[in-house]
Amino acid sequence: MSAAFLNTLEVMANGLMAGVLYALVALGFVLIYKASGIFNYAQGVMALFAAMTLVGAMEGRVPFSHLINAVFGTEVHHFGWHLPALLGIALTIAVMVFFAWVVQRVIFKHLVGQEPIILFMATIGLAYFMEGFGETMWGSDIKTLDVGLPQGGSFAIEDFTATWAAEGERYYGMYIDNLDMVATVVAILLVSALVLFSQYTKQGRAMRAVADDHQAALSVGINLNFIWVLVWSLAGFVALVAGIMWGSKSGVQFSLSLIALKALPVLMLGGFTSIPGAIVGGLIIGVGEKLFEFAIGPYVGGATENWFAYVLALIFLVFRPQGLFGEKIIERV
Amino acid sequence: MSVNDNEPYVTADGRKIGGVLMEMKNITLRFGGVKAITDISFDIREGEIRAIIGPNGAGKSSMLNVISGFYIPQEGEVWYKGAPRPQMKPYEVAQQGIARTFQNIALFEGMTVLDNVMTGRLNHMKTGLLAQAIWKGKAQAEEVENREVAEKIIDFLEIQHIRKTPVARLPYGLKKRVELARALAAQPSLLLLDEPMAGMNVEEKEDMSRFILDVNDEFGTTIALIEHDMGVVMDLSDRVVVMDYGKKIGDGTPDEVRNNQNVIDAYLGVAHD
Ligand SMILES: Nc1ncnc2c1ncn2[C@@H]1O[C@H](COP(=O)(O)OP(=O)(O)OP(=O)(O)O)[C@@H](O)[C@H]1O
Ligand SMILES: [Mg+2]
Repeated sequence: MSAAFLNTLEVMANGLMAGVLYALVALGFVLIYKASGIFNYAQGVMALFAAMTLVGAMEGRVPFSHLINAVFGTEVHHFGWHLPALLGIALTIAVMVFFAWVVQRVIFKHLVGQEPIILFMATIGLAYFMEGFGETMWGSDIKTLDVGLPQGGSFAIEDFTATWAAEGERYYGMYIDNLDMVATVVAILLVSALVLFSQYTKQGRAMRAVADDHQAALSVGINLNFIWVLVWSLAGFVALVAGIMWGSKSGVQFSLSLIALKALPVLMLGGFTSIPGAIVGGLIIGVGEKLFEFAIGPYVGGATENWFAYVLALIFLVFRPQGLFGEKIIERV
Repeated sequence: MSVNDNEPYVTADGRKIGGVLMEMKNITLRFGGVKAITDISFDIREGEIRAIIGPNGAGKSSMLNVISGFYIPQEGEVWYKGAPRPQMKPYEVAQQGIARTFQNIALFEGMTVLDNVMTGRLNHMKTGLLAQAIWKGKAQAEEVENREVAEKIIDFLEIQHIRKTPVARLPYGLKKRVELARALAAQPSLLLLDEPMAGMNVEEKEDMSRFILDVNDEFGTTIALIEHDMGVVMDLSDRVVVMDYGKKIGDGTPDEVRNNQNVIDAYLGVAHD
């Protein structure tokens, strides 16, 4: 194989793995949107909040320590413990489930039957509230998250692929991030688990029923509120996974919440109601933007990754407004 | 006549009618200024087929919605199985064994017929999340059992040939039948049908009438139904409540109701004063 071809392959592989993360975030959107018709603007902030909570729990930070110290004149910052990653993750999941319950109880329970735009506005409010709340709770410093995932490139793959190049060509092997590979495996496991859950459990069946028709769901005895809490909890869990992956790579800081913006073109591509759509859409955008940057970027001054996804999504929107897998939109007249 | 007192009796065609299963006491329901139901009382007895009839906008669907918890009346009480029912959400009513269909069909359009019917079994799925996750013994036995009930009902309503068809693709008449199947899958104590034959041709109506009678006869299910077709109502029901402009204007056997002057006036469109 020629070195140029191998380079392209490497770019695609990296694109795929970036796409997995986009897909994860998009998945959180799809879960909530399908079940409740809410476009959850706060999904990105949820990922940030989950990652902050995980760091806080693992490092034994005292929540609201600034506030406590300011009010009581104390100097508390740390509990003085360090939690193992798994325990921290379990604790964070509990927090996200509680969060889901509060969101349903305090906000969306009272907005049942409202226009989608109202629900959307509520999630914008929620996003900004959570952002501030998260910073009050855990401080606004940039945190490093280390749950023990491998860092750096994979030497095994580098060595292995180095032998692929044609005789006499200078090629040093592919650079594939270890963390990206872990993220990919975790994402595949997560999606499989979600699919199994929705197909084979009572709650999964109820979830699909609610996504399909609220009135019918009520008539067969499904508690909509419970299902919505469940769905927000799942979205919180997905946010946590995305938060861990992204946070391990680039630290836990405000920019983490902006990954939600990456999910938007993914959703436009994949459709807002389709789980396979979110996955395929994420991969297409991941690969597309890396390839575009690699092939065309140098001629247009680079940094195409900032806008490529949106342009691709726009083009798509014109020709297939319902997305790749979304149900066809037929206007009733 | 025994039909109108509370003693159990056996109908001419040999079905057993028991005591009162559900009783509506002085129900009044308002939407803003509109009174959909005004001070209506009636009961539904175990094992009977009870019809609610009346002209368009009489408040029939509203009454069914009160029974199934979708509407909350401003006044009155609902008694179920001999006790007053506290205010309940529709899903809680369903969990109490009251299943229903809707006037304008509410199915899970994206699911197959079998999936729709299985969803009707949700209340009978008891195994916890963890046990299901591990997917062993109990959960599996339960799934098999629920599946059997669902298949039996599918056979009973003669919709085997569309078991795996997505509901969205079915014609109207079959959708109505699938909705009935889903309601039946819950094995309800009380089955509420809002115009099960609306929009059907004669043949489909005959089928549906037969199914309703068979359900009542074979499973002993108590049925309350709304229907516009007078012939059907007279054939099917043991007792009939007649509503007009939110008020009850008649209650009794088909024969009694047929000869009730108020009912005749309402249907012939005599001017209200
Ligand atoms: N959700 C609602 N909001 C406001 N008004 C309602 C609502 N549901 C019913 N109504 C009103 O209550 C009255 C009775 O309606 P209902 O649907 O119960 O009549 P119906 O007897 O079922 O009529 P039809 O034979 O046409 O189905 C009507 O005036 C209707 O407009
Ligand atoms: Mg009606």
